[in-house]
Amino acid sequence: MKLFAHNRHTVQRVGYSLITLMAVVTVLPIVGTVIFILFKGGSAISWEFITGFPHDGMRAGGILPAIIGTLYLTIGTAIFSVPLGIAAAIYLSEYAKDTPLTRLIRLAIINLAGIPSVVYGLFGLGLFVLFLKFGTSILAASLTLSIMTLPVIISTAEEALRSVPQSFRTVSISLGATRWQTIRKIVIKEALPGILTGVILGLERAAGETAPILFTGAAFFLPRLPGSPFDATMALPYHLFVISTQVPEMPIQIQYGTALVLLVFVLTMNVIATIIRSRARAKRQW
Amino acid sequence: MNKIEIENLSLQYADGAESLRGISMGIRPNAVTVLFGPAGGGKSTLLRCLNRLNDLTDIKTSSGRILIDGENILDPKTDVIALRRKVGMVFARPVPLPMSIRENITYGLELAGEKRRYKLDEAVERSLKLAAIWDEVSDRLNEPAVALSGGQQQRVCLARVLALQPEIILLDEPTSGLDPISTGKVEMALLELKKNYTVILVPHSVQQAARTADHAAFFLQGELIEYDDGKKMFTTPKQKKTEDYIMGRFG
Repeated sequence: MKLFAHNRHTVQRVGYSLITLMAVVTVLPIVGTVIFILFKGGSAISWEFITGFPHDGMRAGGILPAIIGTLYLTIGTAIFSVPLGIAAAIYLSEYAKDTPLTRLIRLAIINLAGIPSVVYGLFGLGLFVLFLKFGTSILAASLTLSIMTLPVIISTAEEALRSVPQSFRTVSISLGATRWQTIRKIVIKEALPGILTGVILGLERAAGETAPILFTGAAFFLPRLPGSPFDATMALPYHLFVISTQVPEMPIQIQYGTALVLLVFVLTMNVIATIIRSRARAKRQW
Repeated sequence: MNKIEIENLSLQYADGAESLRGISMGIRPNAVTVLFGPAGGGKSTLLRCLNRLNDLTDIKTSSGRILIDGENILDPKTDVIALRRKVGMVFARPVPLPMSIRENITYGLELAGEKRRYKLDEAVERSLKLAAIWDEVSDRLNEPAVALSGGQQQRVCLARVLALQPEIILLDEPTSGLDPISTGKVEMALLELKKNYTVILVPHSVQQAARTADHAAFFLQGELIEYDDGKKMFTTPKQKKTEDYIMGRFG
């Protein structure tokens, strides 16, 4: 006890150093991963690697089909999940009253976010691939990824809409605006950066997922780029899984190179989201 | 001839808060009518009935009629959008919309479908002058309204209402957050406005009520206790409760 009473400043300093240390420790894994992958895979990156097709049983050549495939899947996911997610968020934030129905919707969204991604994959296989007969395709995989992404988009967008001060809505209505005009001209405009951040973070997760596309759209190897939404496609995360576990005598360089490309893809989206958010915060007028 | 006729208006919020009980009063045009009394008396509630802003709130029960120019605005068939353009409102805390000063003023007009640039420019100048703020902001109309001081913001908010050329202006403690000089400017603007508008003011103090009232109504716990000419009210009130409140014995 005496120690505490007489050395408050020492205790303060030790405590402060400890929490600083912990904060630094949380940064280490991400920095470590990036540096490690960069170091190991950097030498694999070349123009041919980015723009070429794999050959020699994927042990040589490039990963273009996987890059393009992930791009397609991300865009496909955005097409389905972004309008639906934002519309749902607007409904929940602006129109829904607190009824058993809306409570059920909220509960569903929360639980949807907690489902393991492989379960989405199986669900997508059952519903989109088999029942709706989309086959193993970009369409089926995008829809599956969309369901997984929706809760992220809905909850961040709803949060962003709710953070717009209520007084803006009251004033707008008192000036003769309808509810929808108020939402369109004031609320969405102010919430847009927050909504976009949520959208990007959601899509970024979709871009990096393997399990949901495993049974619904991912191909082991394709000699050409997919030509329609009903074609299967290669994708970066699945390709990485394949060349790391399924192909014997795989040059390690290509594995790390693929990981690096995926990492850059995902981190770039993350950085864009961060920039949008901080810019909006600086510009915010309330 | 009264501009507004309130007939036996009663209202209760769903959460049991502030309510109105059997209010009947006529409000004259081209005058400042002051609604005063302690907090929770129903003044703001009454104001929010006059432009149907209470539609946004959960209401348990309401009855009675409010006639503006002879038409019952509580009728479900009332065009509330048109009503709110005719009955403008200034709130206690200035709320500039997150846009430029100019856009704040033109917001309502553009919603009403006005696109002609010269009409909008005209409205901006006219309403900012009416609200006695033109000289202070005329060279910075494209700057964000939120950058102005509180007193300036509140006059821009008043101008924003005036731009719609309403007939009735409701002010809910418009100077509660302002310093005495800004308050004076707002009150000056009100005196100017009553020549052409029906002004209904919930003042933020008895002093302000006495300074501005042509007619004054004293509200207590949802009831209208006394309604009279402003001068008479603040010199020789008829009701004991009114006198006690004005003298500062409660409140």
